[in-house]
Amino acid sequence: MLISVGSIAQIERFIQAGATAVLVGESRFGMRQPGEIKSTDLKEAVSTAHRLGAKVYVNMNKLFRNDELSLLPEYLKAVQEAKADAIVFGDPAVLMNIRQYTPEMNWFWNAEMTGTNSSSASYWGQRGAIRAVVARELNEEEIIDLKQKSAMEVQIQIHGMTNIYHSHRNLVQSYLEHLGREATLIRKGPDKGLFLVEAERPDEKFPVYEDDNGTHVMSPDDICLLEALPELINAGVDSLFVEPLLKSDEYNEAVLKGYRQALDLWSENSKAYKFDPKWLANIQKLQNPDRELGFGFLYKEQVY
Amino acid sequence: MSQALTQDKPLTKGKRQRLAKPELLAPAGSLEKLKFAVHYGADAVYIGGQKYGLRSNADNFSFEEMREGVQFAAKYGAKVFVATNIYAHQEDLEGIAEYLKQLEEVGIAAIIAADPAIVETALRVAPKLEVHLSTQQSTMNWQAVQFWKDEGLPRVVLARETTMEEIQEIKARVDVEIEAFIHGAMCSSVSGRCVLSNHFTDRDSNRGGCCQSCRWKYDLHADEESVMDEGQNPFTMSSKDLSMIQHIPDLIEAGIDSFKIEGRMKSIHYVASVVNVYRQAIDAYMADPEGYELRPEWVEDIGKAANRPLNSGFFYTTPGVKEHIYEAEEKPAPYDFAAIVTDYDEATGIATVQQRSPFKPGMEVEFFGPGGRQFTQQITEIMDEEGNPLSVARHPLQMVRLKTMYPVGPLDLMRKRLF
Repeated sequence: MLISVGSIAQIERFIQAGATAVLVGESRFGMRQPGEIKSTDLKEAVSTAHRLGAKVYVNMNKLFRNDELSLLPEYLKAVQEAKADAIVFGDPAVLMNIRQYTPEMNWFWNAEMTGTNSSSASYWGQRGAIRAVVARELNEEEIIDLKQKSAMEVQIQIHGMTNIYHSHRNLVQSYLEHLGREATLIRKGPDKGLFLVEAERPDEKFPVYEDDNGTHVMSPDDICLLEALPELINAGVDSLFVEPLLKSDEYNEAVLKGYRQALDLWSENSKAYKFDPKWLANIQKLQNPDRELGFGFLYKEQVY
Repeated sequence: MSQALTQDKPLTKGKRQRLAKPELLAPAGSLEKLKFAVHYGADAVYIGGQKYGLRSNADNFSFEEMREGVQFAAKYGAKVFVATNIYAHQEDLEGIAEYLKQLEEVGIAAIIAADPAIVETALRVAPKLEVHLSTQQSTMNWQAVQFWKDEGLPRVVLARETTMEEIQEIKARVDVEIEAFIHGAMCSSVSGRCVLSNHFTDRDSNRGGCCQSCRWKYDLHADEESVMDEGQNPFTMSSKDLSMIQHIPDLIEAGIDSFKIEGRMKSIHYVASVVNVYRQAIDAYMADPEGYELRPEWVEDIGKAANRPLNSGFFYTTPGVKEHIYEAEEKPAPYDFAAIVTDYDEATGIATVQQRSPFKPGMEVEFFGPGGRQFTQQITEIMDEEGNPLSVARHPLQMVRLKTMYPVGPLDLMRKRLF
């Protein structure tokens, strides 16, 4: 069970709550992290997590520009020196640099919403990826099929919001300028207070925020696959990701604890396993009432 | 295998000594549009097949139509590409190898693909079919371009976020064909990195189901309150459309190999007008780079087919407040086409045209054809094919005869001002 973290304190807290792996990074290389863990702090981050028995992955899921490429070799070497367990990315430029500078490094392929089938996962597997991070828009049948055919580790998101739109435009800033409100409102970075409401869907609030990597729009509801855990484990899913973005530490801790209890019970005796509504109730107590908990795309059919 | 990633390789500065003529690549949503695109000067067109394309609502091509399109284009020395640019789910991939082999067999020159599953299959089963990496892969740096070249792709379509300076560097560092969008509507997200439609309507953006939710109106709230005052415009992600007609020399000098026009859903009038203008501009620059001047009528003609305001995207700067559309919804283009010329009788000066929207005597219309031939005239009288006078040409596809002020030819268009 994996969660992204934004500080050393969160590493400790979330591992104690039940995470067995953490995703760290900084906005120069990784997008939508809950906070910055700079390359200078990587060693401490890794040793903290390793001491507590958890793995550390480094997020490099940005789409890079020419003038950022020169930063990659040094960063990769720092990640390797810090003894992080893997890096996670979706821009082939990172792979080019790994091949040249840190060929021993483990890496996971994460193309966000575009990792949608086993053949594309295998494509990256044949080029060295040991894990595919799967698009959140796949349904269960597709996840099972992907796991069976790709012969790689598979990571899916089990809890939290999802990114549904990413632009290199500064859309919040542009709009506020249009309104003539620039001085008062521009806020950079993940922001719990900014959201969009579409005219015909007044009950759905889409969080939106802007940072150095552009504008991010997030889903109006939170995925919660706690009740589907046995199906996912039986499908052979290797890593379960909890997205902590725009949530309090208390909330994320409750989420991890709930899933941890379920996972532990399953591994003790999967035959006697029974879903306990208490696990979910503890999360629901802290759930923002504006945001529904749901199964995301797990049981959905989409058209096109 | 890749060359080393030398970061400090010096780049050749200044103007390139020998400029290569770029390809003008146009969209063709149907066989008829393909013919117009090629006739008006496209060096290549891209179309959609029945499967694997991102415009599931377009009039996509059957293999038979593709074959006819390829033959028509070949007469002009033009090529036909097929967009197979979805991000496939498992169910979509069944039959992909067979499909790609058939594209190769009917004479398609290249596919435009984003999903590595489709890229890999094409390289394996259809060696004569070139594979061009779609803009949906969001490629915007030279090392990523180098990666795809090493994988066996002769061409990369860059992300629309790539700047002119970045393109220059990519061309200087990697010996691969670069295709860039120069005209048309744009995703305001990084292409491929948007699933708004999936969330709003259960339609998959990345499999052709996009319902353009980015152009809808939203209320932006900050700390539980709307930031909008009474009478102000709501938030939107809607971007102005791209048009680089004012920057042809920069595009050519940057070394871009293919200039791509967006719009498989657009009309014949749009495709013909836009291709016509860029064809003239590219030819004029290549004939005499030093003496090249932007002609005002090119900008005007582009405007006649545009239904949204235009800008230069990310080429020179990150789009800001002026590059987005907050005010009114898009309006129709100021001109629409009224008829297609099918025949012209030099002896009588009478043209036969096929009606595409109503027209009648007294109306001022503009005839235009490839190469910038164009003139405005008033319609005098109109007749049916038997020579009986008509008060108005009101039936779609009706054949009508009318006198034109100057000679015209088949596939010339007649357009009328709407407002």
